Amino acid sequence: MSAISREEVAHLASLARIDLSAVELDRLAGQLDVILGAVATVREVAGDDVPATSHPMPLTNVARPDEPRPGLAPAEALAAAPEAQEQRFRVPRILEED
Amino acid sequence: MSTSAGDALVGLTAVQMAEAMAAGEITSVELTRAHLDRIAAVDGGRDADGVATGPGVHAFLHVRAEEALVDAAAVDAARAAGESLHPLAGVPIAVKDVMTTRGVTTTCGSRILRGWVPPYDATVVRNIKAARMVVLGKTNMDEFAMGSSTEHSAYGPTGNPWDLDRIPGGSGGGSSAALAAFQTPLATGTDTGGSIRQPAAVTGTVGVKPTYGAVSRYGIVAMASSLDQAGPCARTVLDTAMLHAVMATHDPMDSTSLPGPRPDVVAAARAGDVSGMRIGVVRELHGTGESGSGYQTGVLQRFDEAVEVLVDAGAKVVEVSCPSFTAALAAYYLIMPSEVSSNLARFDAMRYGLRVYPAGIDDPTTEQVMAATRAVGFGDEAKRRIILGAYALSSGYYDAYYGSAQKVRTLIQRDFAAAFEEADVLISPTSPTTAFRLGEKLDDPLSMYLQDVATIPANLAGIPGMSVPAGLADEDALPVGLQILAPANADDRLYRVGAVVEAALQRRWGGPLLDRIPALVEVNR
Repeated sequence: MSAISREEVAHLASLARIDLSAVELDRLAGQLDVILGAVATVREVAGDDVPATSHPMPLTNVARPDEPRPGLAPAEALAAAPEAQEQRFRVPRILEED
Repeated sequence: MSTSAGDALVGLTAVQMAEAMAAGEITSVELTRAHLDRIAAVDGGRDADGVATGPGVHAFLHVRAEEALVDAAAVDAARAAGESLHPLAGVPIAVKDVMTTRGVTTTCGSRILRGWVPPYDATVVRNIKAARMVVLGKTNMDEFAMGSSTEHSAYGPTGNPWDLDRIPGGSGGGSSAALAAFQTPLATGTDTGGSIRQPAAVTGTVGVKPTYGAVSRYGIVAMASSLDQAGPCARTVLDTAMLHAVMATHDPMDSTSLPGPRPDVVAAARAGDVSGMRIGVVRELHGTGESGSGYQTGVLQRFDEAVEVLVDAGAKVVEVSCPSFTAALAAYYLIMPSEVSSNLARFDAMRYGLRVYPAGIDDPTTEQVMAATRAVGFGDEAKRRIILGAYALSSGYYDAYYGSAQKVRTLIQRDFAAAFEEADVLISPTSPTTAFRLGEKLDDPLSMYLQDVATIPANLAGIPGMSVPAGLADEDALPVGLQILAPANADDRLYRVGAVVEAALQRRWGGPLLDRIPALVEVNR
């Protein structure tokens, strides 16, 4: 039995906002199935008593003093924007049509 | 026409360059020009889209020739005026294209960032500029540092200067190839699963992944934030230490930056003493453990020689076992893609980078533009990892995959802690094989991932690691790397051991390993 289906890959790609062609879907689904088959072994290694580790170093709640500092000027911040208008990032429409 | 770099300016070590400048024997402009000439001679061309064309090393994505000469002239003027300068002032350096450089393109090897000019410098780059080193340009890499060969660069692969038909390692193959081709004496890298150490191994150069948090991640485009660590690349252990000291500083701009002082890696590299040191050979990373079946014979022969060298130098060699390392690769290829899927969400076509409007849709929505942009902007490996990560994090699978992988991470940390009770440092081959041929593993992602089997445990645990040349494999005459691992914040031990291995092996070989690299054919840019 395969670990991941073509339909699941298509769904995940849409959630990740990546348009995939049919050819890409076929190839990726096969490759991801092989990879998932290989990494599935992690499920059998650690018992329930082993805590999870999310980060290598025990640092928590590091914060700088909350002081005003110089930032980017609007022109610098917008310099690489695909489109800009009136000192703002111009984006495509956000709402679906009714 | 072929070129031997060994007797020219570019054949000097960074420390020799620095000393020659301090003594007034050469200028930074001469040094910088020599490297720019070398780049022009051997790197090859790129087309209008930045894609590699024709023969050449193709280590650089961008060369800032004129600006580098201006920077060099300023250093020379400062020196002439009697200013107090950092020892590396005026020494050229190449910067991996994953680090932001103010006013200089930063693409991360991705189409989605083609032509992007960041408005700020990464802290690493600020440190390099503060030391007044001369930035020659930006080096090629697998897209967003995802790969072991540079073949996942949107701008074409880099060739290994030992054999241009072979991979220079990855993701930092541009930096390691530039060093091996004598295009630069120093370079920066980032290492999430081995991207500094494996390229160093397969090109016969030195690379160090420092302790997690030792070098600031600010301005380094994130791949997997709990694993990413920037570090130095060079041709000698001492040069690597000099650059390490420049890079490793506390940074308030990175909340994971370690506070407190860093160990004196330069002193350790100069001391180079292992007498009485306990050196652990990791059974699971040495071809005798379960995961060892894929180790090439010549790699293991050179490794065993390095062990002999360390024993001769007075070290006590012990075998240690880290049983959970056999699950490290699986854990890594769940944790890393999970973080990738989150980090690469920032490339949304809204504020910077590529924007593609989908064909055949009038007035598309933001989400449609995002999906069309990411389809064109990301390469295959980025797409694979984003989707794999999205899967591992999705409800229903989270506990089984991501959760289990995080538990393995705990076991790996425990294995390291136990091993470092018995040994001061651990050693293994850096990579199970020498450089494979370009294209050989491109259609088989899993076999590419196996390149990282010996390097990823260090990233999962946050500890430092070095790769230092161990010689050439008998069967293919290609470089082999020795990996040295130390406990967190004991980065100096890497240099202490690496310097001994380097000196002893060079006595045996009669000179640096790179003296034996075949001459590169000059190509006109």
